[in-house]
Amino acid sequence: MNRLVVNILFGFIWMFLQGDMHFYPFFEGFILGYIFLFITRKSVGETPYFAKIFKVIGFSIYFIKEIIVSNLTVLWDVITPGVYSTPAILAIPLDCKTDLEITLFANLITLTPGTWSIDVSSDRTVLYIHALYVDDIDTFIKDLKSGLERKLLEVMR
Amino acid sequence: MTTVLEIIAGISVLLGSLLFFITSIGLLKMPDLYMRISVTTISVTFGLGLTMIGTAIYFNELAVYARAILVVIFVFMTSPVGSHMIGRSGYLDGSKLWEKSKADHLVGKYDLKSRHLDS
Repeated sequence: MNRLVVNILFGFIWMFLQGDMHFYPFFEGFILGYIFLFITRKSVGETPYFAKIFKVIGFSIYFIKEIIVSNLTVLWDVITPGVYSTPAILAIPLDCKTDLEITLFANLITLTPGTWSIDVSSDRTVLYIHALYVDDIDTFIKDLKSGLERKLLEVMR
Repeated sequence: MTTVLEIIAGISVLLGSLLFFITSIGLLKMPDLYMRISVTTISVTFGLGLTMIGTAIYFNELAVYARAILVVIFVFMTSPVGSHMIGRSGYLDGSKLWEKSKADHLVGKYDLKSRHLDS
């Protein structure tokens, strides 16, 4: 992630050279610095930085889509009479290892409407979540692990 | 042009507050604590997002854009912690699950004295 620091520094240098303390000059400098770093990547040494930025964008789009879909599901349940949900408290075995990964995964689960994380076990191997729409427990856990967690780990590692 | 932007901003702020309203209906309607916490996320993501988009469009200034983005980022960072703390203390206090719940994998996992949680 050193490359990111250098790239942000390029943005600031460009902003100061323009003498214009705003977001647009910083953004210009960031993009120019990105291109510059991309051109010189062979001589400085390969890093996963260039592939990663596209992965981050792809993950954001995937997550926003997920938020919208589950938002509409919960909204529909609230505004129509009766409660259709089949809630459950589930134990999700974690592939995330570091504290940052576990925190991000738990927060992203909570930000998706319909699911939220209750607690992490003391040895940090299991995350307990509450979900509103569980048809089948095993497929739900499998979907969550192969969807959100796998994509998150691809971005983080 | 400005009137069109104002109308768009008005609609999105109105939709955002409508979502806050629907969230409060959901809070009253849902049968147990855990499902109520689930519903509150609608207002955090959609409701707040639409309200902030409307504000940014209405003022149309860089400073307001930056502040709107910061508001969304900080709320996204802090609200999961709040629901985690409320839900966890609710479970430790023995708040009952809805009777139609499918499974409770947390049964017997908490040590109530030391707050240790088995995997």
